[in-house]
Amino acid sequence: MSSIESQHPDGKVQRREFLRLMGASLTLGGLGACTRQPEERIFASARSPESRIPGKPLFFATAMTMTGGAQPILVESHMGRPTKIEGNSMHPGGFSATTAPVQAAVLGLYDPDRSRVVKRAGRISTWPAFLGALREALDGLDDAGTGLRILTETVLSPTLADQLWSLLGDKPGAVWHQYEPVNRSMARAGSEIAFGEDVQVLPRFERAEVVLSIDADFMTTGPASVRLARDFAARRRVRAEGEELCRLYSIESAPSPTGSLADHRLPLSPARIEAIVRVIARAVGVELEAPEIDSLPVQQRNMVQALVDDLKAKRGRGVVLAGEQQSPAVQALAHAMNDALGNNGATVDYYDPIEMEPIDQVESLRQLAQDMQAGEVQALVILGGNPAYTAPADLNFPEHMAQVPFCAHLSLLEDETSRRCGWHVPEAHFLESWSDTTIYDGAASAVQPMIAPLYEGRSSHEIVAAMAGFVGKSSYEIVRAFWKREAFTDDFESYWEASLHNGWLADTAFDPRPVTLNSSLAEGLAEGPVVPPGGEIEVILRPDPMVWDGRFSNNGWLQELPNPITTLTWDNAALIGPATARRLGIETEDLVQLACGERMVEAAVLVVPGHADDCVTLHLGYGRTSAGEVGSGLGCNAYQLVTAGSAWSAVGRLTPTGRRYPLARTQLHHSMEGRDIVRSANVHELSDQEHGHHEGPAHTLLAPPEKNDGPAWAMVFDLSTCMGCNACIIGCQSENNISIVGKDEVMRNREMHWIRVDSYFEGDESSPEILHQPVPCMHCEDAPCEVVCPVGATVHSAEGLNDMVYNRCVGTRYCEANCPYKVRRFNFYLYADYETPSLKMMRNPDVTVRSRGVMEKCTYCVQRINEARIHAKKEGREILEGEVVTACQSVCPSSAIEFGDLNDPDSKVSRLRMLPQHYSLLEELGVRPRTTYLSRVTDRNPDVSRS
Amino acid sequence: MSVKDQAGTEPPREPILAPGHDLVSITDKISSLVLARGASRGWFVGVAVCLALVTLLMVSLAYLLLRGVGIWGLNNQVAWGFAIINFVWWIGIGHAGTLISAILLLLKQHWRTSINRFAEAMTIFAVMCAGIFPLIHVGRPWLAYWLLPYPNTMGLWPQFRSPLVWDVFAVSTYATVSALFWYVGLVPDLATLRDKAVGRPLKMIYGFLSMGWRGATHHWDRYETAYLLLAGIATPLVISVHSVIAFDFSVSVIPGWHTTIFPPYFVAGAVFSGFAMVLTIAIPVRAIYGLGDFITMRHIDNMAKVMLGTGLIVAYGYLMEIFIAWYGGNEYEVFMVKNRMLGPYAPAYWSLILCNVAIPQLLWSPKIRRNVRLLLAIALIVNVGMWLERFIIVVTSLHRDYLPANWNMYVPTFWDWATYGGTIGLFVLLLFLFVRFMPVISIFEMRTLVEPPHDEGADHTGLEQTEVEP
Repeated sequence: MSSIESQHPDGKVQRREFLRLMGASLTLGGLGACTRQPEERIFASARSPESRIPGKPLFFATAMTMTGGAQPILVESHMGRPTKIEGNSMHPGGFSATTAPVQAAVLGLYDPDRSRVVKRAGRISTWPAFLGALREALDGLDDAGTGLRILTETVLSPTLADQLWSLLGDKPGAVWHQYEPVNRSMARAGSEIAFGEDVQVLPRFERAEVVLSIDADFMTTGPASVRLARDFAARRRVRAEGEELCRLYSIESAPSPTGSLADHRLPLSPARIEAIVRVIARAVGVELEAPEIDSLPVQQRNMVQALVDDLKAKRGRGVVLAGEQQSPAVQALAHAMNDALGNNGATVDYYDPIEMEPIDQVESLRQLAQDMQAGEVQALVILGGNPAYTAPADLNFPEHMAQVPFCAHLSLLEDETSRRCGWHVPEAHFLESWSDTTIYDGAASAVQPMIAPLYEGRSSHEIVAAMAGFVGKSSYEIVRAFWKREAFTDDFESYWEASLHNGWLADTAFDPRPVTLNSSLAEGLAEGPVVPPGGEIEVILRPDPMVWDGRFSNNGWLQELPNPITTLTWDNAALIGPATARRLGIETEDLVQLACGERMVEAAVLVVPGHADDCVTLHLGYGRTSAGEVGSGLGCNAYQLVTAGSAWSAVGRLTPTGRRYPLARTQLHHSMEGRDIVRSANVHELSDQEHGHHEGPAHTLLAPPEKNDGPAWAMVFDLSTCMGCNACIIGCQSENNISIVGKDEVMRNREMHWIRVDSYFEGDESSPEILHQPVPCMHCEDAPCEVVCPVGATVHSAEGLNDMVYNRCVGTRYCEANCPYKVRRFNFYLYADYETPSLKMMRNPDVTVRSRGVMEKCTYCVQRINEARIHAKKEGREILEGEVVTACQSVCPSSAIEFGDLNDPDSKVSRLRMLPQHYSLLEELGVRPRTTYLSRVTDRNPDVSRS
Repeated sequence: MSVKDQAGTEPPREPILAPGHDLVSITDKISSLVLARGASRGWFVGVAVCLALVTLLMVSLAYLLLRGVGIWGLNNQVAWGFAIINFVWWIGIGHAGTLISAILLLLKQHWRTSINRFAEAMTIFAVMCAGIFPLIHVGRPWLAYWLLPYPNTMGLWPQFRSPLVWDVFAVSTYATVSALFWYVGLVPDLATLRDKAVGRPLKMIYGFLSMGWRGATHHWDRYETAYLLLAGIATPLVISVHSVIAFDFSVSVIPGWHTTIFPPYFVAGAVFSGFAMVLTIAIPVRAIYGLGDFITMRHIDNMAKVMLGTGLIVAYGYLMEIFIAWYGGNEYEVFMVKNRMLGPYAPAYWSLILCNVAIPQLLWSPKIRRNVRLLLAIALIVNVGMWLERFIIVVTSLHRDYLPANWNMYVPTFWDWATYGGTIGLFVLLLFLFVRFMPVISIFEMRTLVEPPHDEGADHTGLEQTEVEP
């Protein structure tokens, strides 16, 4: 299709040519069935069979570059088509878990909106034409290359950095700028105040007993989030009596997944956070001028005193973490507190930054904008990123771009920046190109293609090589040549094979390094922000938990993935606390105007219990105008409020417009209504009677069910570690070919996710306890859905699964009506896309694509069970414990999901079901669910009065 | 079919046939509605309006088949909506017809004679309307026949534990027996129309439909036997059909559905709504076609009394739901009741109480029972009330069940209303056609009410045989 378009831009084909094309297409169509494979050798990981067997997936190791660090992953490939991403647990810095955006990357690869051809001024062009134009533009410069600018996102690829450095060596007049909206500027500045140098922090929760998080959502954001979620969750599990937990205090503005797990959570606006951090820092022994704890308002004093006592009592066993978006002063104080508490080196490790060239990115972009305005930029090559959309509003970046004579943009989609550039080059997705990247601990990881570029995409490596005069060099050659030079090994071939096989390049991880605290730290601290006067409100800007800085806007899975806690989909919203909302006379779905100086946006309000007062949180990544079919025109563009001086906060006015804007949320009611739904208990109360161990309903006339031969599958969720990040939802979506339905259908409560994460607010609405509960199908032993199906389309398997027989289902929805947990999902329309060819390639061939009029629901990943069973049978043995890992279980960063065989008394689930905190949801109905829960166990400080 | 005992038992009451009628006048009067009166302009206007509604129904159904049940307001929390509500409502309406024709026949309530024919017609039309809904309600209507037990190569049978399968049997049996009952009862009158019709085509049609009825003694003998047998078969159906439909709800585990009182309460509700619908039809038909002599104030009064009685049973049902929720102490049940009374659908609940409990109490007054305009208004209100009752049962139970995280709303869409309105159009259209082409009141049964019997009837085909004892 793309090649025909490129040859016949006017769309006219002569008859002879048509016949020729038809013949060729038919031939190619036959060949095409064999799927497109790269010629370069890639190496399947250990879990794969010797050679390709039809129907058997292969697993390849690679890595996905995300802001601040890459995630090592394993990609499941069916006959050459990547279909599912898992974490790479073979990687020393990797785990089987991943975050939600990583799970959604396969949809990014097969996105039908992806740019397919090189374009010049919006018209179809070719790669050779682009290379010619690039050559011409570069030849027009002087020998030093003055006037050439290269703008990249944060570069984590050693090879790309090497290419750029060598290019700059040849052209000393050229400048390499880096900018992406979510960057380490704040952390770097804080680290420089504290230590006089730029270092990265890695907390070691395995040694910690108390953690203070200052607006740090360390379990879901940041390059090491999976690692930190694992480590922290391990310290929050109670598996035997008398185990101690790692206590978490959280001070944050908007409720975050990490904050929701906190034993004590204090919601405060940014200015107040900074003030209270100074108080705490002084109290734990940092030399600093700050008020006494006694000067704090009563409701804060109690908790802060207890926190300070706790931190001091557990010297060397505590961690203080500041969020990446906190001001440099807060970052520096966090470092200083760790130092004062003896945590540095004990529970907090420091590393060199993993960026190839750490710079102040906002300053870099500001410089570029200024030079463009001055007419000093002759050629601008933008490799990835979308600065026309993400640049701070006061830089007027898109306007200045018009002054650059030669402007080229490499990107996956034709976005806002592409439309303002003379040249647009389609980018190869990371799953279809060679590269390398770096994970949070500095370890270099191989990026290898799973499939040949679908749309003739190019990589940054190829463009930089072309700029350096090496036209036609493939990314593979470039990356391999770099490592051949860099890897000091005699046997490069084995080293290279091993690296590709395992997914990382050996001996590249950093070691922790010592740091020395700047003794005159207090002097380097800027004045903290002040609480704005009445009538004004603090505006907090944050990357969206799902679409991030806007780069995933066109990814329907991420758009429809409910935001943690708020369950908002398809939009961003002005998140605001209940008291502030009442004071301003606004409620959820009211459209308000947020004005910061002259810049303003209109956003819909979403009232969130537990959000700090006197401030409003708005997520970036929305209000896209050129994101693609899926992502354009959703929400409001919060970048309008971002300035070069202040990326993450602003002070503004909030004015109701009197209009309304509908928001699509998957959960509308967040109170448990006093029902016994999510149980929670303090760790010391666990053995109490109230939390006694239950085995089935207390009174029943039914005989106990007979045990079956073979496994009896069951799942247990540990609510102590579930933080509501929703990664399980998207992991399930990817594994089970679950359709997205769109904003309108979500508003009609027709989303198709097989697992959902309910969130409840308990207690005082200003600072409630935030509870999460993942709910997939319960696979009830006495399933109410099975009795009522008139055609027997939902039946029980011998192993205890509640199976759906899609082709027998006529769609009476009786099962759905009669499900007390409402976990069934109906195809009210034909939600599955049967037409788009690229989406067909994406699907898991082991799972049926459901059509209209059919019920569906969680199957406990029956295809994975069956695969394990076949494997076991071939080897003449039983299925082993841990051999079946469901999609949700494998993706869960905090390992809150266990799955296994109840008939094996030693299996993990059997043992978890014996714990005192184990319970069944709606146990009194007597349906005997196989999916059960462990209560949320907290470790409240007895010194904090629960007022 | 004897009238002998009637005079003895109820002398002081109003007659069920206005004085002054003889066999000829009855026959002429009723058959002239079909044969002589012709179609008035009003009839054409009515049919046109109904046809417009039926067109809307067809468009709705076509769009439904094209797109899927997503065009309705259903969602994953409230998976059942208008289709089920309307199904139960229509089936309920049908009940009065069967009750009048079968149970009252067996109980020798002779006042039923003038209303049973169109009440039965109403039953069949209501069941036809009802029957549309379960078919289109399923996600893949082209596979709805899988609910039928038919031998197939896969050896697959319906899942007999499901109340929906019971529904299939209950409703199809009901439809079949009602249709047979109605048709058997029509045969002698069709013969009368055949004899009185002018013109060959009409004679052919009525002749074909009357299946060679000649009024011979053995015809009457078999007729009476068949009619009585059918009445016997239909009688338990009056109870069973709506009980089975109530099982759809009471077998489930959903608070507000899982209630043992549902079967009798549904039956009472069905009769209640059925009589309301009979009155809704009888009052205008009586006025327009001048049938005041046949459908007398006594009929109207009796029907109003049945409505009052069944309405009280229904009210008792509502009360018991509340009482048991409280007495049972189940927190979900208690919440369900509170949610109905105070939740987002509270206006619908209180309208239901107003329509079904409060307003029908006016019927205690004989004056109101005999004020046809007021009675028509009350009957219409009860129809609305009974529809609301089903709405409340289906929607408010589902929209907030066990886990508050799931709680959601059900908002009917244009297509929900269009489909519902379309079936009302279909129902009324069928009534219009019925009134125009069939004897709306049973001629031969009315003749049995004439006292004393006269010889004038002898020149009318075979009607002297009416005196055969059942």
